[in-house]
Amino acid sequence: MKNKQKIKRRVYWNPYFGGFLLGLLIILTFYITGRGLGASGAMKSTVVTVVDAVAPAHAENNAYYSKFIKEGESPMNTWLVFEAIGVLFGGFLSGAMANRLKPIVEHSPKITSKKRLIYALTGGVLFGLGAQLARGCTSGAGLSGMAVLSTGGFLTVAMIFGTGYLISYFFRKNWI
Amino acid sequence: MGPLIPNGLIPIEWNFVIALLIGLAFGYIMEASGFSSSRKIIGVFYGYDFAVIKLFFTTAIVSAIGLYYMDYLGWVDISQLYVHPTYLWPAIVGGVFMGLGFMFGGYCPGTSLCAIGIGKIDALAFAVGIMIGVFIFSESFGLLEPFFNGSNYGHITMMDTFGISPYWIILIFTVIAVIVFYFSDFIRKRVKKVFY
Repeated sequence: MKNKQKIKRRVYWNPYFGGFLLGLLIILTFYITGRGLGASGAMKSTVVTVVDAVAPAHAENNAYYSKFIKEGESPMNTWLVFEAIGVLFGGFLSGAMANRLKPIVEHSPKITSKKRLIYALTGGVLFGLGAQLARGCTSGAGLSGMAVLSTGGFLTVAMIFGTGYLISYFFRKNWI
Repeated sequence: MGPLIPNGLIPIEWNFVIALLIGLAFGYIMEASGFSSSRKIIGVFYGYDFAVIKLFFTTAIVSAIGLYYMDYLGWVDISQLYVHPTYLWPAIVGGVFMGLGFMFGGYCPGTSLCAIGIGKIDALAFAVGIMIGVFIFSESFGLLEPFFNGSNYGHITMMDTFGISPYWIILIFTVIAVIVFYFSDFIRKRVKKVFY
């Protein structure tokens, strides 16, 4: 029994191995495209597409949306959107091979699923705001910025983790 | 010499196929490393699981060493690569917001996508939240624009900031990372285990 549990807990890769592979992938991405990876960019494109479809005049007049709207081309037609679709499938593929596919709300036993979902949604809103302000998230600003030693990339990563450590005490019930 | 697409060595038509394949590998690596679980990710803040720090720093070091080595060998022209620009205050405030969002939600945009891939409903809520956040930002862009475009330092690197060569930056960063790795294991052994 104990042995079985041990096997189950060893299913994730060693983080240094994962980090090494991800580092190689970022090198490859820069080598091929001249840019790094990203994740929040695809979600921005989705929002621009929806707003442009619902209220085209409003999107044209907004100084932010209009940056990403081109005549005769869908705002979804960007590199980052295709990459994000790949991430979804990549996650699915790895999960399928490791037997982890399961529709669940993951949360600490100390909180309810409902509370977890509300907190997750709130966290997303804050993260979305922050990623726009900093012009990228942990992938675009962090990983891709740090690979080419961008000062802004290092700064944003330090702020994300620094803030997390500063406030983690107040969120402990949600997680442990 | 790389980068291949900007230098016309791979036709632009391949761009989206490449994007899909790179995303696939990105999602696979994250999921296999356990980043589809918010409780594993968030362990970095409570000392019971440091996979995030270990993977993140290893990735940064491997990619920085690799890219500068390829530049040294003449395989890639590092000056052609896109450097994330530094807008000082937006980078700081944006980072604080993301830190807050991280503690509330337990994901970042990339990890939420790969967690959706294996069926995490909380990750879906997080991703919907991101889109609401982007929407709020865009709708208030008129107000935020002066701040958003202020304190622009351009595409600066750590070499510009500290005035030393990239090789020193990478070496110092690597030494710091190894010390952090050592201490993270030291802390983890002393913290109560959390099962998730």
